[in-house]
Amino acid sequence: MRPWAPSVKDRAMTTLSVALSILTSVIIVAITPMKGKLAYFTIFFIAWFVIDSIMIIRKSGSKGVRDALAAKITFIGGFVVILAVASILWSAISRGFKGINFAFLTQTMREASIFDAIGKGGIAHAIVGTLMLITIAIIISVPMGILTALYLTEIKGRAAGIIQFLVQAMAGVPSVVAGLFIYAAVVLYTPLRSSAFLGGLALTILMVPTVTRTAQEVLNLVPRDLREAGLAMGATQWKTVALVVVPAARSGLITATILGVARIAGETAPLLFTIGAFDSYNFNPVKGDNSAIPAIVWKGLLGGTPESIQRAWSAILVLLVIVLVMFVLARTLGSKAMKK
Amino acid sequence: MNVQSNSNDENGTVMSESQNTTPSSLSDVAANRAEKKVAGTAPLGTGLEARGVHAWFDKHHALEDVSLDFSAGTVTALIGPSGCGKSTFIRTLNRMHEFIPNTSMAGQVLLDGKDIYEPGIDVTKIRLQIGMVFQKPNPFPSMTIGENVLSGLKLAQLKVSNHEDLLEECLTRAGLWTEVKDRLGAHAGGLSGGQQQRLCIARALAVKPKVLLMDEPCSALDPGSTLRIEETISQLSKSMTIVIVTHNMQQAARVSDYTAFFLSDGGPGQMIEMGPTNEIFSRPRDQRTENYVTGRFG
Amino acid sequence: MSVTAPAKTTPTPRVITTKPRVSDQIFRGIVTTFSFSALVILSLIALFLLLKGFATFKEQGIGFITHFEWNISTDAAGKADAHFGLQAMLLGTVIISFIALFFAVPLSVLTALFLTFYAPQGIKKLLVTVIDLMAAFPSILYGLWGYFVLMPMAEYWAKLLHKWFGWIYIFDVPQPVFTRSPFIAGIVLSIMIIPIITSVSREVFSQTPLDRVQAAYALGSSKWGMIRAVVLPFGAGGVVGGSMLGLGRAFGETVAVYTVLNIVFRPNFHILFTQGGNVASMIIQKWGEASPVELSALMAAGLVLFILTLIVNFAANFVVKKTVKSGR
Repeated sequence: MRPWAPSVKDRAMTTLSVALSILTSVIIVAITPMKGKLAYFTIFFIAWFVIDSIMIIRKSGSKGVRDALAAKITFIGGFVVILAVASILWSAISRGFKGINFAFLTQTMREASIFDAIGKGGIAHAIVGTLMLITIAIIISVPMGILTALYLTEIKGRAAGIIQFLVQAMAGVPSVVAGLFIYAAVVLYTPLRSSAFLGGLALTILMVPTVTRTAQEVLNLVPRDLREAGLAMGATQWKTVALVVVPAARSGLITATILGVARIAGETAPLLFTIGAFDSYNFNPVKGDNSAIPAIVWKGLLGGTPESIQRAWSAILVLLVIVLVMFVLARTLGSKAMKK
Repeated sequence: MNVQSNSNDENGTVMSESQNTTPSSLSDVAANRAEKKVAGTAPLGTGLEARGVHAWFDKHHALEDVSLDFSAGTVTALIGPSGCGKSTFIRTLNRMHEFIPNTSMAGQVLLDGKDIYEPGIDVTKIRLQIGMVFQKPNPFPSMTIGENVLSGLKLAQLKVSNHEDLLEECLTRAGLWTEVKDRLGAHAGGLSGGQQQRLCIARALAVKPKVLLMDEPCSALDPGSTLRIEETISQLSKSMTIVIVTHNMQQAARVSDYTAFFLSDGGPGQMIEMGPTNEIFSRPRDQRTENYVTGRFG
Repeated sequence: MSVTAPAKTTPTPRVITTKPRVSDQIFRGIVTTFSFSALVILSLIALFLLLKGFATFKEQGIGFITHFEWNISTDAAGKADAHFGLQAMLLGTVIISFIALFFAVPLSVLTALFLTFYAPQGIKKLLVTVIDLMAAFPSILYGLWGYFVLMPMAEYWAKLLHKWFGWIYIFDVPQPVFTRSPFIAGIVLSIMIIPIITSVSREVFSQTPLDRVQAAYALGSSKWGMIRAVVLPFGAGGVVGGSMLGLGRAFGETVAVYTVLNIVFRPNFHILFTQGGNVASMIIQKWGEASPVELSALMAAGLVLFILTLIVNFAANFVVKKTVKSGR
């Protein structure tokens, strides 16, 4: 029995006060010159507060009223956040959906321009480009990130403090700077030119800190006994790490990778300096301009016509779906890792 | 009137014997105690009563059918081995049990005859009347000594005409006034463990509770502080009802008028026996009580 | 015969050494080398940006930071006369970031309080998922949404603000154009930094020592009274640290701001008006047609931005480590 749980009467009163407040809000907005969602919400909140206070003041006095007001305000905070996210998701889905069709997903822009109506040309090359970028970034940043995490958790040398600090600093590098740097360091000093490879390098800078941090957390979760068991059997440290620790943390490390990818898949700014622009497939990572989904969105947005903007929304929806799938994947794997 | 003297038996257990006639009923004791009330303090009410209290943590039945009557102005000690539900029980008395997620309870707890678990009741008002002192002293570190004592007033938004008088009264009753009167503006963290606990007692007193619950208040303190707090308890009992959980049987014998013995046989904790302290320690009615107080286990 | 007990001396601890096996030495060597990659990369970034931007620094001197003109003209002889000044952009970056904090910090703290102390289990899980999701959204999505969905609404609010509070300097406008303003950019930014501030605040709030919480309740405190007396004093440091992390993120945001801010090279404190600055967005804007001279200036701007975010993030991590990890 839970005598302290909200009783049926409590719940009824809450529902009643919310309903009354909605009613009040609608009425007042109808009869006064106020308009807009802001008006509805403000009146609702004030009405709710007043009605609720009347019910509370008898039981708990002004202290209860203050407590209830605080509860409502924190709820409003959470509500606004959910509202914003819902709005963003909804706008991507509702606006992007119209432009998604088979052509959009399978054709390239070789024979179309972004100002053409939907149905002509697609983002297939951009999807391939994004995949290439992700692959390059993974190849470089996952070993780097995991090795750095290993240093911080297994070796714990004297430089560990500095390295930890530096990883955090790297996490704060703005995406523009990453792109600018790759351009400055590579394009201006080496014969390499705009390509997927360069884009991948720039994304690596952004991905390594995420992978390192998550890998660190996961490796720290591996119980000490496992390591000690390995060492007690006379294994060298690297054998223990390679054959005991890393396999134990395997799903968590995969999660770390996926989270890193989710972060960079949507980055736009670094690409503007590094991959150039190309309207068709380019399977050569080191030579020649390439495309990627964020770049399509960018171009569509800057194009300014309804058609190009429609393409932008549709492309971002595709990107969002990819990111969400990775996100869900990372979470399911991650919770399995925690359970172990 | 009861005079208690202590003697050691071979086991080293301190047992108390009464030298004068034992009152024949609890109500006589209550009557005796009632005569010693000090005028001018908070009204005692008619005490606290638990009827058929059960407590669960999730599905685990932790406490079974405990009924206890705490008469106004008495000190009751709850003794028993670890894990038999004493702390759980005491937390049902001021509705702190419900803070742990997924807990439930059954039964009633009556303060002045009214059930504190009745729906629609403002629980914060209950806790103003039933105060609690915890095992580990927990003054608010962000507040000074003076602010700590008065924090209960601020939190409950009670109006008091004279803060300084209340401050002095509470700290005096807690036995801390002389030590801190010149540094009320200092931070509470600078006090010793025993002083911090007395500060927490003063803080609990400031809202003028009728009942004070103490959950092993001295177990984290040194013997010197412990004795000082026991003196405080004796003083306080003249004007309020006190329930104290303790592992220390000597302490129970020293401070309490009544003692209740709790035990769990692996299942839910139960209250085995309750009676005047000297009887529990000298002539317990239940064999299990006797085993415990003579040190055969626990 | 007298027996003298030998003087008792405490033995000195033995020095224990192990020489790791060769394979382990290699292992440690590789791992250590790779982990210094972070240091290497950061230094390289600073180095190359400095290299390419050096010419600009040399020519503009400290004026690069303090002036706000940005133009380059070639005179008849073909010589370029360049004035590059970041001041407007730096100021603008700071302005919109603080507007972002203004909205994000209260919303994040309230959300964190709601999640830790008020939300029932089901809603809590949902809200936590939502917030993690927010952090994963591509930033250009915020740009699109900010321009097409938020801006009409925010424009309306800006007009309202101007109508009722236009007598305050920052809410005044030289002309009634309210689109693509620092105000709107600040709102978009605030939504982007809410996840990080909320998660740091949540972590510190959930670490509030239970005994203090119970002490407050046992004194008859209401939930809000307890939060005010115990949780907020305890968590203040963590909230500050989290906000600084959010600030660092806001400084570097690029594409999301680009769409909702009109970049103009004049410092503008009328936040409702359609003029603003942001170093990162400016870099992308000028990039497309930059001549080599201007390129050097953009590199220099990138370096300034890099150093700025580095400083803020260093400070933020320091604060967070001190307050959240150690717990008071």
